[in-house]
Amino acid sequence: MSKGKHFVVPMVCVAAVHLVTFLSGFFAPYDYSEQDRHLPYAPPSTLHFRDAQGTWHWRPSVCALVERPEQFGVYEEDRTRCFPLAFFTRGYRYSAFWLIQSDRHLLAVTPPAKIFLLGSDGYGRDELSRLLYGGRLSLCAGLLAAASSVGLGLLLGTVAGYYGGWCDAIVMRCVELFLALPWLYLLFALRAFLPLHVSPSQAFLLLIAVLGIVGWARPARLIRGIVLSEKERTYVLAARMFGGSDFYLMHQHIAPRTYGLLLTQAALLVPQYILAEVTLSFLGLGVAEPVPSWGNMLAALQQYDVLVSYWWIWAPGFALFLVCINYWRLASAMQVAAEGTAHWQ
Amino acid sequence: MVARSPNLAIAVSICLCLLSQFAGQAQSVSEDVVANGTETGHQGGRLSVSLRSEPKTLNPVTSVDVSSREVIAQLTADLVHINRLTLQTEPALAKSWKVSPDGLRYTLRLRHGLRFSDGHPFDADDVVFSFRVYLDEDIHSPQRDLLVVGNKPIAVRKVDPYTVVFELSQPYAAADRLFDSVAILPRHLLEESYKSGKLARAWGLDTPPLQIAGLGPFRFKEYVAGQRITLERNPYYWKVDRDDHRLPYLDQINFFFVPNADAEVIRFKAGDSDVINRISAEDYSNLEKDQSAQTFRLWDLGPSLEFNFLFFNLNTALPAQSSTLARKQTAWFRKVKFRQAISLAIDREAITHIVYRGRGTPLWSPVTPANRLWMNTAIPHPERSLQGARSLLQSEGFSWKQDGTLLDPTGVPVEFTIITSASNAQRTKMATLIQADLKDLGIQAEVVPMEFHSVLDRIFQTHDYEAAILGLSGGDVDPNSDMNVWLSTGNDHVWDLGEPHPSTSWEAEIDQLMEKQLSTRRPEERKAQYDRVQAILAEQLPIICLASPNILVGVKSDLGNFKPAVLDPHTLWNSPELFFDGQEGGRHP
Repeated sequence: MSKGKHFVVPMVCVAAVHLVTFLSGFFAPYDYSEQDRHLPYAPPSTLHFRDAQGTWHWRPSVCALVERPEQFGVYEEDRTRCFPLAFFTRGYRYSAFWLIQSDRHLLAVTPPAKIFLLGSDGYGRDELSRLLYGGRLSLCAGLLAAASSVGLGLLLGTVAGYYGGWCDAIVMRCVELFLALPWLYLLFALRAFLPLHVSPSQAFLLLIAVLGIVGWARPARLIRGIVLSEKERTYVLAARMFGGSDFYLMHQHIAPRTYGLLLTQAALLVPQYILAEVTLSFLGLGVAEPVPSWGNMLAALQQYDVLVSYWWIWAPGFALFLVCINYWRLASAMQVAAEGTAHWQ
Repeated sequence: MVARSPNLAIAVSICLCLLSQFAGQAQSVSEDVVANGTETGHQGGRLSVSLRSEPKTLNPVTSVDVSSREVIAQLTADLVHINRLTLQTEPALAKSWKVSPDGLRYTLRLRHGLRFSDGHPFDADDVVFSFRVYLDEDIHSPQRDLLVVGNKPIAVRKVDPYTVVFELSQPYAAADRLFDSVAILPRHLLEESYKSGKLARAWGLDTPPLQIAGLGPFRFKEYVAGQRITLERNPYYWKVDRDDHRLPYLDQINFFFVPNADAEVIRFKAGDSDVINRISAEDYSNLEKDQSAQTFRLWDLGPSLEFNFLFFNLNTALPAQSSTLARKQTAWFRKVKFRQAISLAIDREAITHIVYRGRGTPLWSPVTPANRLWMNTAIPHPERSLQGARSLLQSEGFSWKQDGTLLDPTGVPVEFTIITSASNAQRTKMATLIQADLKDLGIQAEVVPMEFHSVLDRIFQTHDYEAAILGLSGGDVDPNSDMNVWLSTGNDHVWDLGEPHPSTSWEAEIDQLMEKQLSTRRPEERKAQYDRVQAILAEQLPIICLASPNILVGVKSDLGNFKPAVLDPHTLWNSPELFFDGQEGGRHP
């Protein structure tokens, strides 16, 4: 029973984050590229439950912001122009991976008031909307890259472990090579060779491909170890004696023994790849403006003044922290579970 | 008679001596007094200044990087100097000069009795030697290009120990400005290494201080690799103040090295440096918050000479592997109405507000308001108008798809990439704003920030780009300093490099006007010619000017006579007159 408990909290958190970012169009009040050039670095909006006369309202309202003359990024609320929040209204059209198309939004407010729950960035774009859209990109990149490198690792690790001999030698030398290469510098070099025209979706796919290819070596080595020991087990030998083909043995008997490890590996790799995407985008090797990712959003903090003056620009960093912590908790819960089952057998 | 009464002779000679000394002093006071209106300071103190990179050399002949030049400027002096405040030339080592009626011969009279910082006297031989070195083709001095007028180097001739004649092969407007920042070298220290062909490598940072001497206000004292360069007061400096006190006031200047602009700001805030040059608008607003509590003052000098601009690849010689799309793009870029439409669609006010936080000036011409002597004030400043941009595009046969995408006359969607330097956050920001502006017009522009050297490589070598954002900053206000940008054969003619002859009629006209102003001697005529050049540029838009950042500097409150200027270097140009007020000077350990 206690095993289940370990799972529940991180599992729910991770699932919730993925769901919210998947439906970012619904939760985001604005499009990620919509600039309000009169409101750069606007602080998070204040929600007013009392109007100017002091009357209480259940529906909070937001007031228009006015920049102080000659003072960049210093705003005053115009209490004469306050507008109540509207829920489930129609706005710009969005889609979630071509699955859902809609124009319903959770929150909206009548212009000129703007609902910036997490403030705005240097171009006057809503930080919350960008956080959600950026999260969708960063988390998806992490998931897909982890899936591809675990998949590749499973394939090559199983083949190397099962067949042994020169096949094993080649794969394992490749593993060593991939573990030893200085990847960051290779990526810098690679970017210089790419054509200038890289659309955001191409850049995204490229990012996943690069991360997946870079990361297959470690899971492959772990899986090879398991396969090496599993292929000598008596039930595998029995199955082989009954005429099971190589593919049948790998698919039916050996590979399932690695799934526990694979899941743990995946849960460890996802946050690692999310961080890798953030690093690459931070350094300008990921998706380009105006498409947000947590990495290129955090890149704004490279400027000292932004770092010390506008705390809400840190939001992607906190989101990143929460996601990674929960993934790691999930991974350790899985490891405990995997060890438990191993003992039980 | 003299022999008969030696006493008299001695008395007379003493008298003469006194007279000449008095005369010399009177002369030095009248000649050397610093600009009126400066405060009389007092001796002492050490000025700390941060440099964003370590200087590469102390050799004025071969230095190219900003840090080296900043230090060398304190060690050396020139014959004629451009006053950073008035923007006019004024006597320096030469006390006066005469121009022959045909404008081909400049006769410079040197000041008497000057000494290098090691005590060795200075005369015309040093001047002749210096110019021989700068003009030597084997030394590859960056100053050489300036000193070659009409394909022939300037000829230098010594008339007597204090008179030098410079001869030009053709009349050159404002030739006196050429002498600015051409540091005079000590012949007694450098002739040997020049003769043995080692001059280009002389005066590295590891040179013993005694082997380096100049005519500047300070002399080299110590270099600690990775940390600092210390200069000390030059006791032989030739300027005096109104009270006949020999300048400079400061005892030392300490240049220390910081890795980047942020570190520079933090060190200034902490009180480690006394002066900070080139503050970005972000850092300025950050420092502003602490200004009241701290002991420094911030200066916003208004527009600088720097102009940032967007330009399209108009190269006639394109790389061989250019695709059909690239050729299509060149066809758009070559249409002047296309360029005008882009210019109309750009929100320059937003650029100054968001990129420069209001501390910048929108530009419609490369000559910024900082250049009050040469700016053409008649150039229109059209406001952003999408409607205007649309009708310009329509008249060239462009149309729009249902979803708003702009299509060219053959039905191809209009899209291009803008390259910019990734290390320049401000230009990347401009590109992102322009990207959003052009989206309103239905144009898909991708911003590609890349390493600065690859940007330069693509623009100047391979010509493999579509559009780019760059910034240029003239070293001087005079139009001659921008010749290489506007002449179609110029090395910095960024939009179309290496043209054998001008590819358009308006470029031909610019060439003609620029060549003509070069030899025109009447300032009003030159102004009219340069105004016309600016008008052509504003109409044809080979470069679409965006904005100019303000010059922002900061200084400790107790530094006297601090007068930042528009011309580079903004702050230390009057270092001999700087002094610390009160007891606080030189408190840095």
